[in-house]
Amino acid sequence: MDLAVVWFCVIAVLWLGYLFLEGFDFGVGMLLPVLAKDNTERRVMINTIGPVWDGNEVWVIVAIGATFAAFPGWYASLLSAAFLPLLVVLLGLIGRGVAFEYRGKVDTDRWRRGWDRMIITGSWIAALGFGLIIATTVFGLPLDQNGNRVGSVLAAVRPETVLGAVALAGFSLVHGAVFLSLKTDGEIRLRARRLATRFGPFALLPLGALLVWVQVDSGSVWTWLAVAAVVVAAASAFERLEKGREGQAFAALGVVIAASVVGLFGALYPNVLPSTLDPAFSLTVAQTASSPYTLTVMSWVALFGTPAVLVYQGWTYWVFRKRVSAAHIPPVHVP
Amino acid sequence: MAAGPSVPEAELVDVLDLARWQFGITTVYHFLMVPLTIGLSVLVAGMQTAWVRTGDEKYLRMTKFWGKLLLINFAMGVVTGIVQEFQFGMSWSEYSRFVGDVFGAPLAMEGLVAFFVESTFLGLWIFGWDRLPKRVHLACAWAFSLATIASAYFILAANSWMQHPVGVVMDEGRPRLTSIWAVLGNNTALAAVPHTVAGCFAVAGAFLVGIAAWHLWRDRGDQPVWRASIRLGSWVGVVSFAALAVTGDMQAKLMFEQQPMKMAAAEALCHTEQPASFSVFAIGDVSRPDCESVKSITVPALLSFLAHNDFDTEVRGVNDLVVEYQAKYGTNYPVDERLGELSGKPIDYVPVLPVTYWGFRLMIGFGAVSAFIGLAVLWLTRKGRLPRTKWFPRLALAGIATPFIGNSMGWIFTEMGRQPFVVVPNPSGVDGVWMFTARAVSGLTVGEVLTSLIALTLVYAALAAVEVFLIARYVRAGVAGVMPDKPDKPDEPSDTLAFAY
Repeated sequence: MDLAVVWFCVIAVLWLGYLFLEGFDFGVGMLLPVLAKDNTERRVMINTIGPVWDGNEVWVIVAIGATFAAFPGWYASLLSAAFLPLLVVLLGLIGRGVAFEYRGKVDTDRWRRGWDRMIITGSWIAALGFGLIIATTVFGLPLDQNGNRVGSVLAAVRPETVLGAVALAGFSLVHGAVFLSLKTDGEIRLRARRLATRFGPFALLPLGALLVWVQVDSGSVWTWLAVAAVVVAAASAFERLEKGREGQAFAALGVVIAASVVGLFGALYPNVLPSTLDPAFSLTVAQTASSPYTLTVMSWVALFGTPAVLVYQGWTYWVFRKRVSAAHIPPVHVP
Repeated sequence: MAAGPSVPEAELVDVLDLARWQFGITTVYHFLMVPLTIGLSVLVAGMQTAWVRTGDEKYLRMTKFWGKLLLINFAMGVVTGIVQEFQFGMSWSEYSRFVGDVFGAPLAMEGLVAFFVESTFLGLWIFGWDRLPKRVHLACAWAFSLATIASAYFILAANSWMQHPVGVVMDEGRPRLTSIWAVLGNNTALAAVPHTVAGCFAVAGAFLVGIAAWHLWRDRGDQPVWRASIRLGSWVGVVSFAALAVTGDMQAKLMFEQQPMKMAAAEALCHTEQPASFSVFAIGDVSRPDCESVKSITVPALLSFLAHNDFDTEVRGVNDLVVEYQAKYGTNYPVDERLGELSGKPIDYVPVLPVTYWGFRLMIGFGAVSAFIGLAVLWLTRKGRLPRTKWFPRLALAGIATPFIGNSMGWIFTEMGRQPFVVVPNPSGVDGVWMFTARAVSGLTVGEVLTSLIALTLVYAALAAVEVFLIARYVRAGVAGVMPDKPDKPDEPSDTLAFAY
């Protein structure tokens, strides 16, 4: 098999890892004002992702770095053409990351409220923003023959990419709520589960709409099959949740996002970033790929590196497998 | 060309300047957090090792206190590092397209084999105090801290390739990677890594010395903790400076060979000299190419020694190198509308001399001051002594800034010193592989780059204030601020987490 195609799949897998893992991180942040009634409950929520959010975030850094290494033209065109949306995403990630670490470091309501606001808006911005960016690479940008953007600085903001933004935010909400019902105990667990069962199906509708739009645009038989898998997995997720099987529901949501990534990247292939001006200007896997030697080097690194990451990150989740509840939260101790 | 970026030509130069300012600001800022994280994480892992091996409570208290400051700083390093991973594509897309076959690989490796380890094991370390067996928990601290050094290695390998491209051939106008081992084993990188890592330890050493000196002088408890910290910090600082001097000398010798213009610019050496004297200090405007207005205090023949290890080798000056560069790399930029105002203009091969000249001296000077403070503290605190003068903590606290400034000056010197190139031509190796900074920038609008320059600068400034505020708060509180007195007996089972956000 062609290494360039393999690396296209690797990039998709890295995005999948990111969306699966940070999807619930985003959801937890977005739901902070909805599910928690007081500071202890907010701390319960934040501590479900406390030990892991930073490791989860590395998935996107590696996805972007791997795109640079394997498809420099894709990396260069997408990031420079979607400059302003990405700047907003970066600011969101900055605020949110610092907020997790700093919110508990001073014991006043004002201090915590400020950082909570940053966690909430940062999580919304990042979920919406990465949804927009992924939809942008699938639907394309007005690129000239050199891969440079022609026209508005907001060329990446269009109805179909905004739908992508809402789709990822909706998925993150459901994923976060189910994750919280799996990782907490007490009132929050019940509230999270109730929220997910009641509103979850609606929150996933934009994702469904996005997938259908993409398939109508550039789908094939097997990407339509992926969409069917999304529907079945989503239905079973809610069915399992009704039965109180939170772990199975969470796993089913994993299938939802995996099949979604297959549906999106599958429809994108053999392009990596279409030009909306002229199909002849579209960036393709073959044309933007690095040399076979570079791809071979990166394949060896990924072959040994990725399983190791999965093992030690999996171990982290095992170490912190216990549910968090208000009783576990130590009193605030700050200087 | 069917459709270029819809920007007036003259504006493109501004995009270049703005993008350079942004890269400079965000990278120098990022490298305030990075050296403290690298140096301090290894020292904290060492403190925890001492605790696990001796069972001495003092070392546990050190681990907890310095570990907390490490975490406050690490958060900032992470979020400013994310920007770096995106910035090449966003602002420097032409550069990314040109070098992608080579440059992306070490970046991706850094993420996959170093940063993943850092982030995951740091989470385990922070939250794992009561969840993991003592030795496994200690291993997490080492995994995290050694991964920070691995990160530094990959990033410096990428940067060194820009200073000295190796392991490639030109293929359809772009360098194509032929040997990853040449890139990872680049002699420029092998010299840069120990020099940079030594700079990181100099930062961590000064940090320990400044804060511990203040606590010792204040004398409100935990004296053994502060005494052990100040001794450790000053030894680390002094040894780091020795390492900085040796590795810096190695780097300089390579640079005379690989980037002669950068080293001539470091000296503001106008004319070729044999033997060449080293300028310690200059009075006057070093940016004047004729050198005539500059009075310089010099050490005869020292520059020859720094360049080649003997006292009579010729060292080439800026004026001769310009002629040589023009012959090799052209006298004018190509005519290309994307170059804006620079299109077809003569290429200025001389870096900004005041920046390179003074950057080089301030790097060495601040490093030396830092080492001197370390030596002084070692002497003043020998055999359990403690100076009572209030100048002692003041000097030590101010000393924290010196290695930070030295590091920043070193980076500003080495990055500004390679202009006008972003990828510097390798004079003795690969043919045809170089890139002018002016050609590397993305075809963005001034509005876009200005927005991001302002937004990132403001956010970074605000976060710097927050970080300094928090560090000062935790420093003032001492060990008590990070170790709550436990009401329960330690062996009594408790449901409460040992640490939670």
